[in-house]
Amino acid sequence: MAAIEILDLEKNYLVGFWRKQPKLALRPLRLTIEEGEVFGFLGPNGAGKTTTLKLLMGLVYPTAGSMRILGMDIDDPRVKSQIGFLPEQPYFYDHLTARELLNYYAQLSGVTAKARSARVEAMLSRMGLSDASGLQLRKFSKGMLQRVGLAQAVLHDPKVVFLDEPMSGLDPMGRREVRDLIQQLRSERKTVFFSTHILSDAEALCDRVGVIYQGELRGVGAVKELTSLKHGQVELVFYAQGRQLPAGFSALGGQTRISGDVVNLVLPEEQQDAALETLRLNRLKLISLTPVRSSLEEYYVQKLSPSNAPQQEIGKGAGA
Amino acid sequence: MNSRVSHIAFNTFREAVRDRVLYNLIAFAVLLCGTAILVGEISIDIERLVVVNLGLTAVSLFGVVIAIFIGIGLVSKEIDKRTLYTVLSRPVRRWEFVVGKFFGLTGTLVVNTLFMACGVFLALLYVAHKFEKADVWILAALYFIVLQFLIVCALALFFSSFSTPLMSAVFTFALFVIGSLAEDLRGFARITHGLEGWVATAIAYLVPNFSALNVITQVAHGDAVPGQLILYNSVYALLYSAMAISAAVLIFQRRNLK
Repeated sequence: MAAIEILDLEKNYLVGFWRKQPKLALRPLRLTIEEGEVFGFLGPNGAGKTTTLKLLMGLVYPTAGSMRILGMDIDDPRVKSQIGFLPEQPYFYDHLTARELLNYYAQLSGVTAKARSARVEAMLSRMGLSDASGLQLRKFSKGMLQRVGLAQAVLHDPKVVFLDEPMSGLDPMGRREVRDLIQQLRSERKTVFFSTHILSDAEALCDRVGVIYQGELRGVGAVKELTSLKHGQVELVFYAQGRQLPAGFSALGGQTRISGDVVNLVLPEEQQDAALETLRLNRLKLISLTPVRSSLEEYYVQKLSPSNAPQQEIGKGAGA
Repeated sequence: MNSRVSHIAFNTFREAVRDRVLYNLIAFAVLLCGTAILVGEISIDIERLVVVNLGLTAVSLFGVVIAIFIGIGLVSKEIDKRTLYTVLSRPVRRWEFVVGKFFGLTGTLVVNTLFMACGVFLALLYVAHKFEKADVWILAALYFIVLQFLIVCALALFFSSFSTPLMSAVFTFALFVIGSLAEDLRGFARITHGLEGWVATAIAYLVPNFSALNVITQVAHGDAVPGQLILYNSVYALLYSAMAISAAVLIFQRRNLK
């Protein structure tokens, strides 16, 4: 079953003081995300990622279109108990301690009094917040607040989790923790929909990604396919003393990039043996030899380029 | 009460109690009661009158200031700080949020009034050395003050559902001042005719009648408060607050939380 179905969702805001004019925030968007899928919603700032998430959360109302989560209309009160949401740069009631806040959210989510305390303590422990659980949130660092945000999003064991820029502003350790959490949610067969503009995170975590730009979905694709092997090319990395490419390599062709003493050489697969022989003859030290893959970045840049014709993938193409 | 409404109300109450501004206002009210005692000491035979008058007026004014000060930020602050996002993404309906906030603030004001009322009674005991039978009507005056707070909270919430905090404060305070003169306004409407008469009557009956909820002078003189007035004022305050809250809910229900 589809976890999230977005059908021709459109949002215009009225701007201006006297004569209000509609400003397009989201062009008709059609997207389907299957249960258990980790979906990355990519796009630069202001592309429409947060607007889409707010529409899905019922925080703003659509101009047109509809949304279904787990087969239910988003106005259905049962939907909200099945979803978790982390807003971008979350801000919480800073007069509360982390424990009080999670307890409050558990109450609002309908977690029974019997299960509440154990659930809150388990979540504090899982997020590494047990030691700080009695501190008021106004004393928390940004990273700690983000962890509280993640804790509240998954506290009530939702089936679908929406995360808006979950890695934003985090240090490397914080980002790793978020990645671990998303991996864990995947292993629990939860559906995760997260927006980001950090492509390496999307590449590492997502089953599929969608690229949105200027309120328009420019493309959807499976990460495995988008980062598949580029047939016929290998990348050779080796040390070259004197920061110069030895003579034998010029004849092999390919693209060369020299950075310090390290040379990256991308060349046709059939030249691989000749390159290795040249390396051996020149007594140069090999660092690695790998097949060349496409990157998500290439796909992203391609979808954002002005030459990329507006493309709305419809039905199954945009779906699973 | 719906459990989600009560959880939101309790959180609002807890936030207000942990807010230092609230403590400052209570301390200020206590200070005013101290002044009342001083004035009572230098008055001759009218100590009770002065203490009850000053004390209850202080309770009313400080409560109204707190109601406006917190009431205008109840919803707008949550939108600005985006704390609302994680609440409304749960099984919480928008009307539950607004009503929970309202109950939380009125609960805070009731507790606040209880503390200030204790101050008034202590001051009264200090100057009069004993309680009189007529002092029981002070409780009725305090009850009316709480009814005033209900209306002020509801109005602050209503204005803040579509206006900026500053404008909401101005509108609410203006209505409180005009409403305190509602009886005069109604008297004026009675002697005005034609279109002006219609307008004056409409305004007089549209603004909340805070003057009917003010029996401070009456109880300061030891006069009784009729049971009928208590009933009428209770129904009036509840209906007026319910209408203002309903309007706030209707506006908030349609609002895009950008």
